Amino acid sequence: MSGIIPAPIAQQPWKVIFLLCIIAGFGVIVLYSAAGGSMSPWASRHAIRFGVFLAMALVLSRFSENVFKFFTFPVYVVIALMLLGVELIGAVGGGSQRWLDLGLIRIQPSELMKPAIILAVARFYDLLPIGQIRTWGAIWPALLLMGIPASLVLLQPDLGTTLTILAGGMTVAFLAGLPLRLFVIGAAAMAVMAPLAYFFGLEEYQQRRVTTFINPENDPLGAGYHITQSKIAIGSGGMTGKGFLNGSQSHLDYLPEGHTDFVFATMAEEWGLIGGFAVIFAFFLLLRWGFGLAVNAKTRFSKLVAAGLTTTMFFYIAINLMMVMGLAPVVGIPLPFLSYGGSSMMTIMICIGVLMSIDREMKQKRGSTLS
Amino acid sequence: MNRKRKANKARKKRKLITAASQNITFNRRTLFLGGAQAAVGLLLAGRMTYIAVAENERWEMLSESNRVNLTLIPPRRGWIIDRYGKPLANNRADFRVDVIPDRMKDKEGTIARLADLLRLSDDEVGRIKKDLEDSRGFAPIEIASGLDYEQFAALSVRLPDMPGVAPLRGFSRQYPSGAAVGHLLGYVGTVSAEEYEEEKNPLLITPGFKIGKDGLEKQFEQDLRGKPGAKRVEVTARGKIVRELSKREDVPGKPMKLAINADLQEYAARRLGPESGSVVVMDCHTGELLAMSSMPSFDPNSFSDGIGFNEYGMLRDDDHVPLRNKVLKGLYPPGSTVKPMVGLAFLEAGLSPDDTVVCNGGLRVGNRRFNCWNRRGHGRVDMAKGIYQSCDVYFYYFAQRIGMDPIAAMARKLGMGQTFDLPVTSQFYGTVPDPEWKRKKYKQSWQAFDTVNATIGQGYMLSNPLQLAVMSSRIASGRNVMPKLLMPKQRKLAPNLDISPEHLQIVRNAMSDVVNGPGTARRAQLNIPNVKLAGKTGTAQVVGLQFGRGGRDVQWKFRDHGLFICFAPLDNPRYAASVVVEHGGGSSAAYPVARDVLTFLYDRRKAMRALEALEQSWGGTIEQRMARKMNAYVARKNAEKAGENAPVPETDSTAEANE
Repeated sequence: MSGIIPAPIAQQPWKVIFLLCIIAGFGVIVLYSAAGGSMSPWASRHAIRFGVFLAMALVLSRFSENVFKFFTFPVYVVIALMLLGVELIGAVGGGSQRWLDLGLIRIQPSELMKPAIILAVARFYDLLPIGQIRTWGAIWPALLLMGIPASLVLLQPDLGTTLTILAGGMTVAFLAGLPLRLFVIGAAAMAVMAPLAYFFGLEEYQQRRVTTFINPENDPLGAGYHITQSKIAIGSGGMTGKGFLNGSQSHLDYLPEGHTDFVFATMAEEWGLIGGFAVIFAFFLLLRWGFGLAVNAKTRFSKLVAAGLTTTMFFYIAINLMMVMGLAPVVGIPLPFLSYGGSSMMTIMICIGVLMSIDREMKQKRGSTLS
Repeated sequence: MNRKRKANKARKKRKLITAASQNITFNRRTLFLGGAQAAVGLLLAGRMTYIAVAENERWEMLSESNRVNLTLIPPRRGWIIDRYGKPLANNRADFRVDVIPDRMKDKEGTIARLADLLRLSDDEVGRIKKDLEDSRGFAPIEIASGLDYEQFAALSVRLPDMPGVAPLRGFSRQYPSGAAVGHLLGYVGTVSAEEYEEEKNPLLITPGFKIGKDGLEKQFEQDLRGKPGAKRVEVTARGKIVRELSKREDVPGKPMKLAINADLQEYAARRLGPESGSVVVMDCHTGELLAMSSMPSFDPNSFSDGIGFNEYGMLRDDDHVPLRNKVLKGLYPPGSTVKPMVGLAFLEAGLSPDDTVVCNGGLRVGNRRFNCWNRRGHGRVDMAKGIYQSCDVYFYYFAQRIGMDPIAAMARKLGMGQTFDLPVTSQFYGTVPDPEWKRKKYKQSWQAFDTVNATIGQGYMLSNPLQLAVMSSRIASGRNVMPKLLMPKQRKLAPNLDISPEHLQIVRNAMSDVVNGPGTARRAQLNIPNVKLAGKTGTAQVVGLQFGRGGRDVQWKFRDHGLFICFAPLDNPRYAASVVVEHGGGSSAAYPVARDVLTFLYDRRKAMRALEALEQSWGGTIEQRMARKMNAYVARKNAEKAGENAPVPETDSTAEANE
């Protein structure tokens, strides 16, 4: 290490911070346009939030792997209790509720569970003796870890988050080395169960989302409206877009949720295919960094955590983009760093913070072995 | 042994999993996961390219159709003007509100809010609800027009809560003379479902657009309509207009010039007063119709705004049938007004005007005695006296000698039984009876008493007021005059009839004596220097004599019709007219009207003075009387509703009329 820059500063993962700033900065620009050319109400708060949560991530990155290992299960239990609390309050208050009002801030425990489940399952496989990976004992505790929060979230009911939690946990289990056939059989069982779940498991509004996703033109002014308007925004943007502040779909309110879930459509209308490719490429770089950590990290826990958290971020990005392009039903998952909204930004930044911590420890270890 | 081997096997299998092999598995699976994610990334990039590039045109078009709203601007309707260019129908700029039923969410609630906001009467709300029931959904229904700016603004700010409500600036049709031109011009209204089916023109369902529903407005719809303008505006998803992109002005419809004299038309309508009747005035050389009033009438202004159900009910229930244009669709026995025509037939058939008959109050025809209207008799009667004293016996006697056929031929020659080439929806042509007609119609042979009846304009003989005016014109000018409603570009004199000018002069002189000599209508004299009126009275029996003599002392609907035909000036006829007053109790109800209407053509001030005095005794102008009638009608309807089956005394609307 060159001596000009002090070690703590040089140690910061500048490339990643720079990348995040670019994505979030672009988000600020898009939100500025979505508000009709105004910093309020979204753009300025988005920028502030990003700053605050980035600071939080940097703080998080200072903790060592052992600290994460130590706190994984207690934090998991606390969040699970919070989910239960939300459920109880909802039962008393009547109607579904996802928020827990702690007076100072409102917390959405289901969001926090997304990174927490990764850490918990990773920690479980980390603790599991290597030889037992192909036994029943390697399966049921993980299923329990996933099942408790998943069923609580499903009760809310929030299908999107439930699936994200399950998929995150499964990913870690998959990477931990559970027998491949379990996943093949699981996938086959899913294929059989999906129609049953559709008819018996889903709420009516969720069923409608699925049917309109399959044929949005069926209901152009109802639930299919979102998808159609989003495709109009993206499609009419063409190659280079209509130009900054010239998006008619967003400015004339045809595009619903143009600042949150459908922010990508707002962006694509004004920046075109070029803007869309830039965003996708930026996310590619971010995920490549995450997978790079997973491959190069030294401990099993950090490997599993890195891959798991990266995949969680991928779920956000992929499901959101598929939704706005009409490849997935409308499920209300925001696009990281671009969509306006605190809760998801916090979740993503927790993931980033933990990944940065892994990055730092990895470099330190490499550094120490080199010196 | 066996067990040991099995254990060994198991251990072997488990032994394969080491930290290193687990790492290899992890890396392999991570690679797979990363690859899968990259594949999804590529899929998304491909999908986006497909939408934004391959399908670009389609989405761009949809985006434009979202953003841009093309609205037609209803064209301003062509004016209808009178012979001097005075507007009979024009357009008034106003603010109006429509609703489009298909786009409404809560119909009841929205209507209630609108009624509250615009202070609509119950009658109006009733009309709107009825229109809503009848509507096709996509066609706009007028809520109110002629709003002031305050109301318009108050409504505009509340629009987001009331989907389907469309306020707009536009033009509405205005008829300055109101009821006086109702039958003549007709009215305009929103397009009905059937009318839209027929034409399928998007203009028809544009808010604020109206088409002619009756009269000239309907006949000349295509000429009056004009070409719509168009406006491209940028709108938000909620329909709020952001800005105007481009605008093409409408092309107003062509103005239409009528032969009508607007002031005379209105005067005639007013002069009829509370009576049920009609006045036709024409130029007796060209056939140009100067006035064609039928009263009572409806106010085309309120029809065009969408008439309230109470107002419509009042018009429908009125025994004076304000919804019928009596000029064209009122058929009456012409009574003695045919006598100049019959006299002319006698002369043309070779009868000397000096041939006489002695009238002693009646004549036996076959086994029946036909009375003269004057039971005391007229003594010795020649043709002139037969006309100016309207002696029935003279005509009974000579008609039998001449026969029906020459009389019927003359009647047709002078326009009786004829339909004219006029831009009207329908005209009733009446009957000129002759032996052949009777054979066809009743399979009976013609009798002497049929001739006798026909010569005094009774029996089968029926005609409309326009035909009477045409007859009068043709006698006055000796020309084959055809009535014209539109002002011709080149005014042409009608060709001469093949009737001897001397014979015509004899009849004209006799008609002059009706008014200016020892005749039946001396009160019809014009008090204008150098202008003499000539005319002929007529009284048409409505029912048999068992109901009384048909005078003013019997019930309104049994009274005789009063008729009068005339022309002026005597020495150089220019104007001809006919007046019919239904159940007026005799010709004395008709000729004062004719006198004042023709006076108006020469001395307006004098005519107006006479009218104003009369209107005071009738209880105000047409509008004032109609408004009063309307209130009384509503009050009676409400009383009926309140009292359920309580008998409501029938208010005789004519009692006031004939005081």
